[in-house]
Amino acid sequence: MTLLTLIPFVGALLVALLPWHRAARAVGLASMAGVLGLTISLALGYDRVAGGIQFREQHAWIPSLGVDYFVGADGMSLMLLLLVAIITPFAMLTAGPGISKLQVALILLLETAIIGTFTALNFIHWFVFYELSLVPAFLLIRWSGTKASTAAALRFFIYTLLGGLAMLVGFLGIQIAAGTFDLIRLGEMGASLDGKLAAAFGSPSAGLLVFCCIFLGLAVKVPVVPFHTWLPDAYSEAPSSVTMLLTGLMSKMGVYGFLRLLVPLFPQRMQELATPLLWLALATIVFSAFTALAQTDLKRIFAYSSVNHLGYCLLGIFAVAAVPAGAPVARAAATNGVLLQVFNHGLTAATLFAFVGFLERRSGGLRGIADFGGLRAAAPVFAGLMGIAMFSSLGLPGLNGFVGEFLIFSGTFKLVWWSAALAAIGLFVTAVFLLNIIQKVFTGPLPERWSKFPDLTSAEILTVAPAIALMFVLGICPQVLIALFNTK
Amino acid sequence: MILNATFLSAFAGAALILLLPERRAPLAKWIALLAALIGLGFAKTAFLIYDNSPAAPHFQFLTRIPWIPRLGISFSTGADGISLVMLLLAGIIAVAGVLFSWNVTHRPRAFFAFYLVIIGGVYGVFQSLDLFLLFVFYEIVIIPKYFLIAAWGSTNREYGAMKLTLYSAVGSALVLLALIATCAASGAHSFDLFTLADPSKSHFAPAFQSWAFPVMFIGFAVLAGLWPLHTWAPTGHVAAPTAVSMLLAGVVMKLGSYSALRVAMTLFPQGLEQWRTVLAVLATAGIVFGALVALAQKDLKFTVGYSSVAHMGFVLLGLMTLNLAGLGGSVLQMFSHGIIGGLLFAVVGRMLYDRTHTRDIAELGTMGLAKALPFAALTFTVASVASMGLPGFSGFIAEFTILKGSWISLPFFLVPAGLGIVITVAFTLRALQRTFYPSGESPAHAHVFDPISFPEKLGALLLMAATLAVGLFPSTLMDPILRSLQSPLMHRLLTEATK
Repeated sequence: MTLLTLIPFVGALLVALLPWHRAARAVGLASMAGVLGLTISLALGYDRVAGGIQFREQHAWIPSLGVDYFVGADGMSLMLLLLVAIITPFAMLTAGPGISKLQVALILLLETAIIGTFTALNFIHWFVFYELSLVPAFLLIRWSGTKASTAAALRFFIYTLLGGLAMLVGFLGIQIAAGTFDLIRLGEMGASLDGKLAAAFGSPSAGLLVFCCIFLGLAVKVPVVPFHTWLPDAYSEAPSSVTMLLTGLMSKMGVYGFLRLLVPLFPQRMQELATPLLWLALATIVFSAFTALAQTDLKRIFAYSSVNHLGYCLLGIFAVAAVPAGAPVARAAATNGVLLQVFNHGLTAATLFAFVGFLERRSGGLRGIADFGGLRAAAPVFAGLMGIAMFSSLGLPGLNGFVGEFLIFSGTFKLVWWSAALAAIGLFVTAVFLLNIIQKVFTGPLPERWSKFPDLTSAEILTVAPAIALMFVLGICPQVLIALFNTK
Repeated sequence: MILNATFLSAFAGAALILLLPERRAPLAKWIALLAALIGLGFAKTAFLIYDNSPAAPHFQFLTRIPWIPRLGISFSTGADGISLVMLLLAGIIAVAGVLFSWNVTHRPRAFFAFYLVIIGGVYGVFQSLDLFLLFVFYEIVIIPKYFLIAAWGSTNREYGAMKLTLYSAVGSALVLLALIATCAASGAHSFDLFTLADPSKSHFAPAFQSWAFPVMFIGFAVLAGLWPLHTWAPTGHVAAPTAVSMLLAGVVMKLGSYSALRVAMTLFPQGLEQWRTVLAVLATAGIVFGALVALAQKDLKFTVGYSSVAHMGFVLLGLMTLNLAGLGGSVLQMFSHGIIGGLLFAVVGRMLYDRTHTRDIAELGTMGLAKALPFAALTFTVASVASMGLPGFSGFIAEFTILKGSWISLPFFLVPAGLGIVITVAFTLRALQRTFYPSGESPAHAHVFDPISFPEKLGALLLMAATLAVGLFPSTLMDPILRSLQSPLMHRLLTEATK
């Protein structure tokens, strides 16, 4: 586990310190391959019969504050680690051979931070990596150095940091009341934590306050409407390869946070507040879908579409929390759906942004849907592969996106029927704006200036091929993943 | 004796430099470096051999020589975990300061002699266990500061030096007044800290405490940049030559907060109780206003100067929490800000200003500094990230522990303090971005500057290593600090004042 975090870190140091610019990509790719290999072997070595947290390593770090270096992984973490191991090299390759040494180093550093977040089991340990991810992400977003990208990066940084601070304050309260930052032990306390907080601070609302602090931090990260305002600018101003990392991996840190930090610690609060939380999830789903419909810039459309897809994850999480007992089948369906959706959205959204990156490279930065038309004729492979990714995003059966959304909806419908019914609006609108893109960009008459639009090069095809293949694999036999987080 | 060797080596170095003949003047910096290294060596050795096991005495390396027995004054030194952390800080900053003054050619003998005198005084304060001795060392620091700024400073140096000295002098006068009253009121006929703090030997009536405490505390806290008496700090920092800015922000401000904790708070827990909320409000105001004013600065050095006020606000807030976490975090923050503040001033004053001759953020932004001076960009980035309190660096663990302390006893101050952190992040990022990574086109003509010299790199690496080491292994400092806070001397703070 420690090795897993160290590989990309050492890679980043090597890339940054080595004098050769040419070798940067090779070294970067080698360390990412190391991560992928190790993650796969961990996933295969995970004992599914026993389940739970495995591969634990725990060392005292700051004993006076109850801070440990504590790592470990269960099926959920392993699935996310797989996603990290797949998306990171994908993003780096999408950037093409022109990528600079420093960018490779930053991407590797970001990978370190994300892996650290997904394996940490002590809050402070988790938080260290969570915040560490901000620095490379900040620098990567403002890579182009334009005024707009600088402002977007700053906004991203401040918003996330503010959320992180709120979370830190919340967890400090928990530590004072419960005496530990250990997420496993806190999770075991579960229902009694609220009472401990109330006793420690002499007020029954202390638990609610702490809950809100942590919720705020995670809501900014995912993001939940209305805390999403940093996102469209950051996603559209960052280079496409960086947006792949932002949406594919960093947004998952928020969802993961909900599942690892909030739900196990506050089962009762989650249940009490389920209705307003479900409304927030619905607002996220519906609002972002309609906003995406109104956009003309491809990156912004996909940015809002990302918010929309993550909204389904939250919907599933909150629906399960709303009905804490009974309906085991529906609960299992929704939970599995959420986890699958996390993975699928990471894969699909990253692929979509990869295609936007290819498009931008050909159009000289243009990415408005009205700027294009009829590209199917000029670049059939491009149109075909991107079409597959779009249909995956839309949730077409046979592709990966369908399974997760279907499970979330079928589970949620049985748990809290009205929220599933309302969320379906999001599905329709998503279908409308995605089909609209296909129509405007790929079909219709080919404008004169794009008549020489080059199709995908073989290197680009090779870059996206694994992702596209994975979409089919997961669409047809999702058990590959589901097996990870369901004990036998 | 190992402790006394720290200031003795500094004073000896100063004397040696003054004895240098005119033609040997360039040797001054070497002697200063050697003296600073020896001091650091002793401080570090003391830190390493300090026995922190539960049964060990809290104060170790004790020296006690009667000095003026008629007045109950003795030369009494010793150190607990808190003193040792501060001595270590002083040693590190002293060495780094010499390295960043390697280019001083204007009257180097006088410069380095004054410099070493300050260092010696600082070492002295951090180990004094006799209040009279502490005050003597405290005063030794103030006078050379004036000359260093007035003779080697930059912008508005006379004004800055005078303002700083006047504020310090007023602070000292308050302290002196309170000290004399304390010894008179105690009836113990002694300036010994332990005797005065021992309720069985000396007694301070609550009425006495209620005025002596604020007088003494504020006297000390002027030096720590307590809002609204902080205005000397930015002006003084800006006017001072680099090494002196580093000393001011790095250790001299800590003299104030350290002495406030060691003397004022320890002696008068009941007076503290009465004034606690007021002082916590002032500390928080320092955090928020310091950060807000820093956000509005055009001058990079002023930005860093006001950031010191904000960071010291955290130190003072931590002191007011009166619980183990808050006090421990406060001492750690003194160390942390000493290192980070020193590093920031080193970049702004030495690496940038000595080359570009401007501190205007907008103007610096046009020079393509990230390309022209990559090492300066790296150093400033690391220092900024540390200053923002990102995990992995010392500032995080310190501010986080202070926040924990205020959660426990001052929960209403959490919101403004958190706000202060956010503004700190905003102004630090703003300064970093506009100075080194301005948006838009890179400048048409590339500026060429002298490359960053070897001593500068060495000094910067020393400070970066220190903040990173403490960030990753805070227990090294935290454990002795926490045990010292539970010593019989400090123990009353945690119990009596919070009754």
